[in-house]
Formats: sequence, structure tokens, C-alpha cells
Amino acid sequence: MFYREVGQYKTNYSADMSVMPLLQDRVGIGIILFIAVVIIPYFGNAFLIQAIMIPFLVFSLAAIGLNLLTGYTGLLSLGTGAFMGVGAYACYKLTTYFPDVNILIWIVASGFFSAAVGVVFGLPSLRIKGFYLAVATLAAQFFLSWCFIRQPWFYNYNASGAIEVPTRTLFGIPITGATASDSTRYYVVLGIVVAMTWLASNLVHGRIGRMWMAVRDMDLAAELIGIRLLRTKLLAFAVSSFYCGVAGALLVFQWYGSAEPAVFDVNLSFFILFMVIIGGLGSLTGSYLGAALIFILPIVLRYIPPHLGIPIRPATVDHIQYMIIGALIVLFLIVEPNGLARLWQIGKQKLRVWPFPY
Amino acid sequence: MHLIYQIFIDPFVQMGNAPDLLVQTLWEGLVAGVLYSLIALGFVLIFKASGVFNFAQGIMVVFAALTLVGFYEHGIPAYVALALTIAVMFGLAFAVERLMLRPLVNQPDIILFMATFGLTYFLIGFGELVFGGDPKVMIASQLGLPKGAVEFKMAGGFVSLQKIDIAAAIIASIMVAALAVFFQKTRVGRALRAVADSHKAALSVGISLEYIWVIVWFAAGLVALATGIMWGARSEVSFALEIIALKALPVLILGGFTSIPGAIIGGVIIGVGEKIGEFYWGPLLGSGIETWLAYVIALVFLLFRPQGLFGERIIERI
Repeated sequence: MFYREVGQYKTNYSADMSVMPLLQDRVGIGIILFIAVVIIPYFGNAFLIQAIMIPFLVFSLAAIGLNLLTGYTGLLSLGTGAFMGVGAYACYKLTTYFPDVNILIWIVASGFFSAAVGVVFGLPSLRIKGFYLAVATLAAQFFLSWCFIRQPWFYNYNASGAIEVPTRTLFGIPITGATASDSTRYYVVLGIVVAMTWLASNLVHGRIGRMWMAVRDMDLAAELIGIRLLRTKLLAFAVSSFYCGVAGALLVFQWYGSAEPAVFDVNLSFFILFMVIIGGLGSLTGSYLGAALIFILPIVLRYIPPHLGIPIRPATVDHIQYMIIGALIVLFLIVEPNGLARLWQIGKQKLRVWPFPY
Repeated sequence: MHLIYQIFIDPFVQMGNAPDLLVQTLWEGLVAGVLYSLIALGFVLIFKASGVFNFAQGIMVVFAALTLVGFYEHGIPAYVALALTIAVMFGLAFAVERLMLRPLVNQPDIILFMATFGLTYFLIGFGELVFGGDPKVMIASQLGLPKGAVEFKMAGGFVSLQKIDIAAAIIASIMVAALAVFFQKTRVGRALRAVADSHKAALSVGISLEYIWVIVWFAAGLVALATGIMWGARSEVSFALEIIALKALPVLILGGFTSIPGAIIGGVIIGVGEKIGEFYWGPLLGSGIETWLAYVIALVFLLFRPQGLFGERIIERI
């Protein structure tokens, strides 16, 4: 009824191979982009843009990065937080050394530093698999966190031990730092996230993505059909860390404004992993859905009790919130272990055949 | 040149010059290692019998210790509180099996792993709600654990051993021996090993998975309780203890996920390596290398033995 492909004929191969073969999908993406580009900045208030949309987009980008590694290549990583940290600190160091170069270039360039670090810590992945690898990536997490805390070079020897974002401009408009307006920062984040999602979508639908998925499904078999394991796995680590690095740089430069090393601790890694798994392993849409659920859920939980007029102490709310999140994670896994992306697919299928069951 | 001297020669010169300090450091590493291996033991028990990588083991330690202290603070005698806590841990095992594992049977490992994250969050929230977030004092002396330190002369200096640490080492060895006997000799132990080998095969010969899982989680709960008492007696009981679960992970990969002796030996290697590294090489790099040194040690071992020191050999077939 709502979602029917009847009458949409494909007359050439490229139409058949396209990422979104259905008209409805293309229209849907158009509507979402329209809402993101026009409606939210013009009609949303500062709270929506600053406290919800910017972090949501940043976390989505990080979730995409982790999904490329865990969902597409099957390498479980718990070092996401540290790789995001590498991006943030690299961007900070670069822009303090070369203040004249445009900050957007440095935000993207910091991803390459993160990628290099990711490759180094990805090297054991050839021999170590599964949970052993997950724990091995924790080595990256703890080592890098320690660097950010104990090595003053990373934060330019300032007394607070935190990194402060300087004001940088693009065409004379400040886009980072305290003077940048919410909507400017939002547009910067949105632009980068959309561009990188498009890139990721092309990656996973192409040769590289297929190599990754072959490795995920069975790396031994993939090796036998001529996929070079080391290169493929390291490429996955590099691309994943690149995404996480850019997300980390955006996190500090476009959202927090300043960051202590504690921001990039192991809890951030777990947080992103929740998003990926609740959203759906091996799905870019899932990364967005997971980020939305895991990031927005606590905010909603925090605002519900006062609106219902239930008098609860803030500390109690915190504790109950923990309990609810924990219970919801288990519940979600029981109801749909393949994540929100799978729920979305089921929903689409239902809409296709509505009002008939099949 | 100076750097090479500092890295490769100077620490050993220090060790030679002050053997009493070396022994003290070794002992402290050993004790820390015993406690790490206790947590790793809880992980191994559950991993062996259900293939679940139980991230919640750390919070179970905190939860058990808090429950014990909480009961005591309500005026219940120490030993009765201990018995009640054991009952609570059994209830927890039963609830986990019923509400979490049973609906998730036959799911991929990563999903079960994630579910234990959910359990962790739930227990953190529940524990703080019931017991409050303040650190508590472990009722060590009420439970008959010794206090104070033994000092003895050695090589021109003093080495002091805390009695509680000695007790911890003894209790840990008793527990490991008991678990080994339980796994090797009893009927339930054989069933546990059967389940570990293959769920399907175990089911087909009439072993009830549900029953086994409750037992295993209960055993892990008991190990958690013992760990909580020991660790709490050394410092205090608070949610900060939760991070020791992260400390136990390198122990786990070093020893192998499926090996009980591996957990013990891995724990001692990590504990001693960490303390020695921090004490002799730490000042070179800036302090606090304890946080990642364990992981690096484990990683080096893993490069040579990807299944850990004592883990079962991983055989892959197409």
C-alpha cells in the first residue's frame, strides 16, 4: 500500500545495482535530509540543536565507524573511545601548530592519525580472534587514555590537563570555539556526517565491503578464495578508526568545546558498542537508529518524571535510569537480537504488503 | 645510551641492592594476582559452561560484598548475613537464568556478551538504589578474618606481610581445589563439562541446561562473594571496585578463557608483572603504567599463543 515497487522497472544494470532501487527510499532520504537541513535549524530551539542533534550525529558517525569494523568485518573492538580520543587530540595539536590552515581540513586530517594508530593496534587481529581480540583492543584503550592523562605534550602542557577548542573561522564565520553559533556548528557536523555516511555506503556496497563481509563470515574461507587477510583486516581497522577519529574531533570541536581525557575512557567505547549492537550489526541505518535510541533514551528518562509530577530525588532518578537502561538492553536483545535495523526491515516488509499479511 | 642503561640495567641493579624491597614487591604482586585470578575464575566458570563472556562478574563482586555489609548493618549477625548473602546470590543466578539466558538461548556470543552488559547496568542501578553509593567497610574481623601484619627480617631489611593477604591466598587455593574436585569428580561437575563441550550433545543425553546454568552462575556468585570479601577487607566496598573486572580481563586472555589453572597462573603473572613494572620501570615513563601494562603483557603472550597459555587449542575448519 504505502511502499510498493509495482511499476518501477529497471532497464539497465546500474539501476539494478543501485543502493536504493526503490523510489520511496529515495524520496524518504530526501525528506530526511530536508528535515535535517532546513526544518531543524530554522524551527528547532537551541536545546534541540545543541544538546540533541549535534551529539546524535557525532555518535552516529562513531557508531558507523565501529560498525564497519565489528558489523561488517566481524572484529570486535573495545577501543573506540581511545580512537576517538586520538582524533580529538590530533586535531587539537594540528590546529595549535598550524592555526592558519582551515579547521575543516584538520578535522578530516585528524582521522588519518587515528587510522594510523588503529592499524598499529589492529596488527594482532591476524592471530587473535573473537573475545581475545576484544580484550586486546582494550590495551589500546587503556594505553591511549594513559597517554592523554600522563603525557603533557598532548595537551600542550596547560595546567588544567584539558584541551580547549580555539576559535577558528571559515569565510570569516566562526565555526568552532565559544563564539560559533549553534546552527553553524550543526551544519558543519551535518555536512561531514552526511558526506562520510555516503562514502561508507559506497565502501560497503563495493569490492572492499564484500571483502570485509567475506572475512566476517569466515576468514579462513575468505583467505582460500584469495582475499589477503592482513590487508583486509588492517584496512577495516584503518577505515573504522578514521571514522572514529573524525567523530572524536567533532565531539570536542563542535560539541563539548573542551575536553578532559576522561571523556575518552572505556565507558565511551562501551557506549558506542551499545549503539552498534542495539542498532544492528552490519547496517548503516542501524548505526543511526542505535545512536538515536541509546543517546536519546537517557535524556527522555531524565525528563519524564518531573513532567509526570513524580517527586524523585535526582540521584534516585540516576539509579533508576541505570536499571531501566540495563533492563531495556536485555529486553531489546531478547525481542530482536538483530537490532533496530532488522525491526525497520520487518516494518518495511509489512508496509509493502499491507493490508494483506503476505 | 643512558636510556638503554635506565631500561635494561638500572632496575636490576636496584633489585640486587635492595632484595627486601624486591621481595615485598613480589609479595604484593602475588596478592594482587590472587585477587585478579579470583575474578577471572568467575569468568572462566561461566564461559566454560555456557560460552557467555560474563562482563557482569565485576559488578557481581561489588553486589555480593554490598549485600553482605548491608545485611550486617541491619543488625543481622555476621555469619547469618553471610548465609543470607549466599541465598541472594542463588536468587540472582536463578533470575539471570530465567529472565536473561533462557530467552537468549542459541544466540550468537556477541549478543549474550551484550546482555551481560545490560545486567551490569541493571545491577549498578539496583545496588546504588538499595545500598547507596557511599563506600562501606567490609566486616572482615566479624567474619573471623585476621588483621595486622607479620614482619620478618630479610637481607638487611624488613618485609611485612598483611595477615589478610595470607588468608586471601589460602582461601583462594582452597576454593580452586574445591572447584577442581567439583569439576572432575562429581556428577554435576561431569555434566558441567559435558555442557561446556556441546550444548546439543549434553541435551541429548538428558542433561538439563537450565539446571546447569543456575549452578554455574551460583558458583560464579560464590566466587564473587569471596572476592568481594577479600578485596573489601583490603580497601573498602564501593562501586569503584567494579573496575577490577577490567583488570581481570588480561588475566583471562593470558590464561585462556576455558582454563581454571590458567586463571590462577595468569593472575599471578599479571599481578607480579604489574607491580614489578610499576615499581622499577614506572618512574621512567611517568607513573600509572599499571593501567595498561597488564594488557601489554597479555598481548605479548597472545602473539605467541593466540588461545592463551592454557586455553584449548582453537582448530578451524572450512
